[in-house]
Amino acid sequence: MKGQSSVPQAGIESTLGDARLQLAIYTATGRLIDHRKKAVSEEALPDYQELRRIAHELKRHTIENLDYYLAQVERKVAERGGKVVYCEDGAEVSRFVLELARARGERLVVKSKSMTTEEIHLNEALESGQVEAVETDLGEYLLQLAHERPYHIVAPALHKTRYDVADILTGSLGVERETEPEKQTKIARGVLREKFLEAGIGITGANFVVAGSGAVVVVENEGNARLSSSAPRIHIAVAGIEKLIPRARDLAVFLKLLGRSATGQALSVYTSFLAGARREGEADGPEEFYLVLLDNGRSKLLADRDKRESLYCIRCGACLNHCPVYRKIGGHNYPWIYSGPIGAIITPQFHGVEQDPWLPFASSLCGACAEVCPVKIDIPKVLLKLRAEVTASGARGGTERRVFRVWAWVMAHPWWYGVLGKMAAALSPRPAGGGWVNKLPGWMAVGPLGSWLKERDLPPPAEQSFRSQWERRRRGA
Amino acid sequence: MATGRVSIFVTCIVDQVFPRAGMAMAEVLERLGYEVEFRAGQTCCGQPAFNSGYREEAAVVARHFLRVFEGAEWIVVPSGSCGSMIAHHYEELFPGDQEMAKRARALEGRVFEFSRFLLEVARTDDVGARYEGVVTYHDSCHALREMHIKEGPRRLLGKVRGLTLKEMDIAEECCGFGGTFSVKFPEVSGGMARTKVASIVRTGAEAVVSIDSSCLMQLQGALSRAGVGVKTMHLAEVLAAR
Ligand code: SF4
Repeated sequence: MKGQSSVPQAGIESTLGDARLQLAIYTATGRLIDHRKKAVSEEALPDYQELRRIAHELKRHTIENLDYYLAQVERKVAERGGKVVYCEDGAEVSRFVLELARARGERLVVKSKSMTTEEIHLNEALESGQVEAVETDLGEYLLQLAHERPYHIVAPALHKTRYDVADILTGSLGVERETEPEKQTKIARGVLREKFLEAGIGITGANFVVAGSGAVVVVENEGNARLSSSAPRIHIAVAGIEKLIPRARDLAVFLKLLGRSATGQALSVYTSFLAGARREGEADGPEEFYLVLLDNGRSKLLADRDKRESLYCIRCGACLNHCPVYRKIGGHNYPWIYSGPIGAIITPQFHGVEQDPWLPFASSLCGACAEVCPVKIDIPKVLLKLRAEVTASGARGGTERRVFRVWAWVMAHPWWYGVLGKMAAALSPRPAGGGWVNKLPGWMAVGPLGSWLKERDLPPPAEQSFRSQWERRRRGA
Repeated sequence: MATGRVSIFVTCIVDQVFPRAGMAMAEVLERLGYEVEFRAGQTCCGQPAFNSGYREEAAVVARHFLRVFEGAEWIVVPSGSCGSMIAHHYEELFPGDQEMAKRARALEGRVFEFSRFLLEVARTDDVGARYEGVVTYHDSCHALREMHIKEGPRRLLGKVRGLTLKEMDIAEECCGFGGTFSVKFPEVSGGMARTKVASIVRTGAEAVVSIDSSCLMQLQGALSRAGVGVKTMHLAEVLAAR
């Protein structure tokens, strides 16, 4: 565990100050917002709210009975000739993959997009074990070339314009500069095709793991996950334990919601059901199949009644797109690879609230996230709980608590409240002409007031508070 | 003519900074025939502490509120945010205290955000107001998403003589206030306000109307800083005008 972090002020300011980046984020998320809006409209999906409710219930049921479904999936995968591998943490996953690669004599892994493997830095771990891992999702591939982490859980290279992409491709592959997206795709595809042919192991993530059948479901738009899971001899799917759903028919609910919430697509271009190793008589599929089920802190969340709904997330990214904070500060100022509202609630739960004590506070609690979340996670509620945990941990220091103690005392003592209000009104400068305060004398422009004035003008307190005016009116009447 | 006594909770920010919004609300209620009482012991709803993670401190203030408004039949609040705090969050401030939790629960049906009171209790969408001008309406987040107040204020504005309502392209987007968020993350909060201000300006409206004074403080602060001559008005002020 790292030491305690503080607000990434420099990063936030540089993101806010970069007009090109701001436009890229705003445009890309804006497009996703528009597409989703159409896809879940009353005309397009009349039972949308009902689907959300069912999805929430299905997730709740699965998470509350996870032991049962984990045992079931293990059996089902074995029946299909595959093997479930439980891993406590990232180190166990990389050890497993490296040992398997060594035993089979494989040196190249192709990977399709998976936040779970990003979470455990699998690529780096494999590199250091002399196994090359190549991302095959275009966005992920670009970021791998640029040595960056995903900016967004669905659109990892959301912040890159095509000019940025041109720079990356030229810089790392030495190809001629090409700014046309189609041509850029062609260049990347050319490189990746070779890798697919050569690789002995394919690693994918999983959007859903069907406990009742042992199938891994992966949705994508590029076809690279399909290739990653079928071209190489060995397929390893890495999934967090919360990815389980009970039955294949539950997909009718989740698939309707996922594509629409993520990109506004009724269904993603490819939905693959990856069900174990190739069996006798089958023409394709891998020779060996492993389902890695990763805990990495998840079971800790299971124990927490109030917050475990955080595990219902299907990683659609809608909460990021709709979050006015994410849209300002982008994905890289969040302390972990999970950014936006979902990142703000799971990061402190996985890493401990003391580690990034500022994170649950980086929200105006506007609730736009919960409004669009397809599985109805009450994100603001969880943020509020986390804030209370941060203050209880002492990570915000004692001064703030003392201030709130005194404040609460004053608010419970109306006489003092009235007197202090009058004092503030008397002390406040009043611009001629009745305007708002643009600047305060140095000694006053500190703390919250100074902070407010950085960005906005400040209203002077009313010369006569409501209570004084009311009292006067009452006496006059 | 409606009858009955309503108790108003003007909120600390209206009391100290925007008293005219409170006076306007009282005026509209009186015009409708209500007897308006202002219980002088009132202060704040406790939300600043609650949203900052200090639940015990928030509970101290909530306890005070419950004491002050004991026995009030209707409590009308010129704020969706404070109204929601009282109606939806007080209960969780008293875990393990059955008695207080019960008292908090009992408030839920008695606390009304101002526009909702007009529509649901007074059952009117026309309070006889006249306001000449073009305005735009800002949906404040807690009213919209915790109390599902969206059409009500627009209906009321629609009945104001002389008023033209022009919608923003992002009326539902947060203004960036967020209580202590506005001073903990001033640059982000300020950026959010500027995005909203740009949308307000695009409507060509001369005033932006909201049912929450805290949003209006944020927006007016940003408008004033940007030198944009659009004013902010609480819904009650528009409805009191004639
Ligand atoms: S929290 Fe909800 S909206 Fe956000 S990514 Fe997860 S499922 Fe999607």
